[in-house]
Amino acid sequence: MHDHENQREDEQPEIVAHNTRLGLGLFAVYLALYVGFVVLSTYFPAIMATRPFGGVNLAIIYGFSLIVNALILAIIYLRNCRHAGEKV
Amino acid sequence: MHFPFSYLTLAIFLSFVGFVLGISFWMGAKAKSSRGFFAAGGNIPWFVNGIAFAGDYLSAASFLGICGLIATTGYDGFLYSIGFLAGWVVALFVVAEPLKRLGRFTFADALDNRFNSRGIKLAAAVSTLVVSIFYLIPQMVGAGSLIHPLLNWEHWQGVTAVGAVVVLIVASAGMVSTTWVQFIKGGLLVLLCTILTVMILMRGLTTKTAEGAHAFRAKVPAAEITGAAGTTVIPDDETGWKGLPYVRLKGADDVVAVWRKSGPKDHEGDLLSETQVVYAPQAKGATKLINGRPFVLGVNDIFPVGTISHLPDGKDSTGPLNPLAFFDVLGRSEVVLWKSEAIAGAETTVYYQVPTLGADVLRPGGGMFAGLRKDEWKAKVNFLSLMLALFLGTASLPHILIRYYTVKDQASARKSTIVGIAAIGFFYILTLYMGLGAMASGSLDPTDPNMTAPLLARGFNNFLFAVISAVAFTTVLGTVSGLIMAASGAVAHDICTNVLKIEMTDGRQVRIAKLSAVVVGIIAILLGIAFKDMNPGFLVGWAFNIAASANLPALVMLLFWRGTTKQGITWSIVVGMVTSLGWVLASTDALEKVYHFTKAEAAMYAWVPFSQPAIVTVPLSFLVLVVVSLMTQRTGTAKALAAARA
Repeated sequence: MHDHENQREDEQPEIVAHNTRLGLGLFAVYLALYVGFVVLSTYFPAIMATRPFGGVNLAIIYGFSLIVNALILAIIYLRNCRHAGEKV
Repeated sequence: MHFPFSYLTLAIFLSFVGFVLGISFWMGAKAKSSRGFFAAGGNIPWFVNGIAFAGDYLSAASFLGICGLIATTGYDGFLYSIGFLAGWVVALFVVAEPLKRLGRFTFADALDNRFNSRGIKLAAAVSTLVVSIFYLIPQMVGAGSLIHPLLNWEHWQGVTAVGAVVVLIVASAGMVSTTWVQFIKGGLLVLLCTILTVMILMRGLTTKTAEGAHAFRAKVPAAEITGAAGTTVIPDDETGWKGLPYVRLKGADDVVAVWRKSGPKDHEGDLLSETQVVYAPQAKGATKLINGRPFVLGVNDIFPVGTISHLPDGKDSTGPLNPLAFFDVLGRSEVVLWKSEAIAGAETTVYYQVPTLGADVLRPGGGMFAGLRKDEWKAKVNFLSLMLALFLGTASLPHILIRYYTVKDQASARKSTIVGIAAIGFFYILTLYMGLGAMASGSLDPTDPNMTAPLLARGFNNFLFAVISAVAFTTVLGTVSGLIMAASGAVAHDICTNVLKIEMTDGRQVRIAKLSAVVVGIIAILLGIAFKDMNPGFLVGWAFNIAASANLPALVMLLFWRGTTKQGITWSIVVGMVTSLGWVLASTDALEKVYHFTKAEAAMYAWVPFSQPAIVTVPLSFLVLVVVSLMTQRTGTAKALAAARA
């Protein structure tokens, strides 16, 4: 348990490097999804109107999946982050 | 809007607000006396903190504004939901964790402790002030809209009342820590919206007019209308109406009705559709007319709109729908949206029916981003710019980042962020159902879409209406007091003490903080009145633009580039803030909705080609930071490196 006044955590540089790499990697994945969505909306609005399955159009499916994927990536991040004191 | 005033509703509302605030302050006080929970950052369980994340983030603007945007424009409003949520990814993966690792709590703190420069402190304080005020405006606008149906007060009265109450809370008692308020409020908001969505799906979609609602006539043969007994057609030669697709009729009772030529093609006169007309004369003492009759609050007011004109397969009602079938059926229906046109010096506004295919409502480009479907480069760039601002804005909002540091360690911080993302993401999915549900069920005030969510609840029952209003109102109080606190803190602590180096006793500093809370409160009230016609969701979008332009480049470069100097940071904040703020205030949207120019004038006088600045000002701010840092390398970096290694 850390002292409450001191929020700085003593993490080994390897752990910090690992977590930073993980964070930036997942960020890159999400960025690609987000850019894909924005580009489709901006330049190919007709594709967004297609109804791939269940009568629901791509705009709604992609939009909802951006929201759900943010959560999934966040959980992946949580599961794979290393903590202070853990063996590297 | 047409409301019978109800004491029962008011009583439920007041007791609910009292109950929520009471519990929150009691829990807050308890938590405070046991450990003093700001200093003891580890005391807040990660789950509570996660829901509080949602409470902080889902301001009145998110709730009222986005529901209103979706109800009036369809999917275009939902794009805000997507952007607001995506911003959390940037906050979680890129900014928050390294910042916490530095042991710093806020933007200003992080910059301050590494460089210890007065320039940075001043720039960071002013930027906090500007972002806070811009974030305050939509909250005040939302508050005004909320009070209106509850007390039948005018918008400005509501805004003033909320402002006064909040200033009173902040200035007299100071701030009881808001975590528990935000937790209860965030939890309730998500719960109530879930209930509302379930009710929408259970009700399904129908073409029938709700009980007691006004049934608008559409595409009626012209002769039927103009030929009615005692009706005379007013000639078109008067100023303002000439050449417009309307027919004005004076009835037997001398009341003027306006019908829009609608068909077979728009603007053709053989079929007519009913409109609603608001005549709001600027001259003092002149009577405001609604649909030709004098406006009487709660008696003669504009009718709520939004209906389905055709369901697939000729049905008149679908019965309960599952969450996917809801979109499927709506996509094959025709809905009636409403648009407005200002006439004759903008004193008269006509609201008219626009039958729209459901499929067009459910994809981007149906509303404010209509330019996406045409080949207008400005509209496309404007859209890209907004999506960029929303993506980067969350990580640049000081009052959101702070919450990352109220739990004990990185692991808890991550867990609570995930709870926050889950709650917020779920809520934003619900906004699409609520907005579309309101659009299809006559729950939309065409003059003030901000009331959509409460009106939607009202369509089910008055209890739900009172409770939803109460939660939204508590939201406003919580968010506004937090923001006013942050802004007055920036003035009293950062500017007076750290920048101007005024020696002050603790008592004097508190007095200055309270005084600035009053001043900021008054500014917020005035701006809340001035920005009345704007959607809070849209205004929050602007706040994100400014936050992303002023704060994000400094934050990211500080964390990831060793060469960053204090001059680079200062100039990047100043340039990002000034250019984005100036851009927003000189845009077409501001000219039209804040300074009240007509659409054509606004388009002509605007100094900037589109209204969302981020796509220009964020890269500019990065560029300034890099160039200035390179120019000031020698003096800045040595110190910075020393500080970083210390």
